[in-house]
Amino acid sequence: MTTNGTALPAPLGLLAELTHRCPLGCPYCSNPLALDKRDDELDTATWGRVFKEAAALGVLQVHLSGGEPAARRDLVDIVRAARDSGLYGNLITSAVGLTTQTLTALADAGLDHVQISIQDSEEASADHIAGYDGASKRKRALAAEVVKLGLPLTVNMVVHRANIARVAEMVDLALSLGATRVEIAHVQYYGWALKNRAALMPTRAQVERAVTQVEALREAHRGRIVIDAVVPDYYARFPKPCVGGWGRRSLNVTPAGKVLPCHAAEVIPGLEFWNVREHSLAEIWRSSPAFNAFRGSDWMQEPCRSCAMKEKDFGGCRCQAFLIAGDARAADPVCHLSPQHGLVQELAGVAIDEPYRYRHS
Amino acid sequence: MTEIADTARPKLPRGVRLTHNEAQGGWLLLAPERVFKADAVSAEILKRCTGEASLAEIVDDLAKAFAGAPRERIHADVLTLIGGLVEKRLMEVG
Repeated sequence: MTTNGTALPAPLGLLAELTHRCPLGCPYCSNPLALDKRDDELDTATWGRVFKEAAALGVLQVHLSGGEPAARRDLVDIVRAARDSGLYGNLITSAVGLTTQTLTALADAGLDHVQISIQDSEEASADHIAGYDGASKRKRALAAEVVKLGLPLTVNMVVHRANIARVAEMVDLALSLGATRVEIAHVQYYGWALKNRAALMPTRAQVERAVTQVEALREAHRGRIVIDAVVPDYYARFPKPCVGGWGRRSLNVTPAGKVLPCHAAEVIPGLEFWNVREHSLAEIWRSSPAFNAFRGSDWMQEPCRSCAMKEKDFGGCRCQAFLIAGDARAADPVCHLSPQHGLVQELAGVAIDEPYRYRHS
Repeated sequence: MTEIADTARPKLPRGVRLTHNEAQGGWLLLAPERVFKADAVSAEILKRCTGEASLAEIVDDLAKAFAGAPRERIHADVLTLIGGLVEKRLMEVG
């Protein structure tokens, strides 16, 4: 099987959205606005089959995410199935609703890594952002349990206008919790985050300060903690190579079994997604219309088509191209060469202190 | 670069695993939210990082396996690989 004359690559990662249920209401949640219902969720056995098919395709790591994965009562069985398939299991959790007892069972079932989200270094602010009183305390307590069990811990901190001034404090918190890795992730504006864009958007001065701070912190903490940063899209001049290129490195399975090239792909109209209930993962990877829609470079328009970067950034993010430029085949308007780049710069300048529209089901 | 003594016993910590995968073209080191390709030499080094053998013993063993390669060269390669992983918190040197 080839696309544009090159062999179809083997995917590396599978994002398994086990459920959209979550006790938190973070206004930057990347889940879609229309959430899958509990009754539509895939059962344990189907996830087990999906993991086996993923491993056979070449997938190495499964990111067990949500919503909050601990909302599933069969989480331990799911983790065991992932491990039995030979996959590296990464649990992405809010830590709220995950008990020490379940965590211990997950470690015994072969879980490899835990990522806990923390909303801010200041507890009151963190709880306000999560829309959940006491969330911060629970997260800190569970992080300590993860470390005690000998599991590697990543702390994920999503930064935006309300907490961006405390990047250094957030890294200190991650260190004090015993994390070996911290993600400083600027909000990406899809799903609920797009709805809250003006309430979340930092100023250019804030972003520049944070980027400089992260560089300095990386040097200062070298060998103690790894700091990975997700760059602030709207302030960039070049687009991100979104998901490492459409249909090249990863797949995303929704709670109801739809397979997407990226978690936001459903916003693009006209794409046909296949479901693991009807097709094997290999068939979907190879032949589903959604995966083939933006593979290679034949779909590109100018300025991408003749651009020297097209094999490196793949034209940026298809969802963002649709959401801002109104055309999923356009260049990601984050790119300074996009005719719509001015729009991104304008949107980056819109910061309105309005209440968050919390995620709700 | 971190100093690593000859008596240190390097060990891949929990959450860091060496694996072989045909579809991905060979040896890989799986780590928290990342994957590193390992060439044949790196794989041979990593296989020996079990926490049992000391750095000196690992180098001796590799010198035997790769007869002809100078011991100093192997020692330098091992230090570079392990030192880089220690910095990324992907190797323990107890």
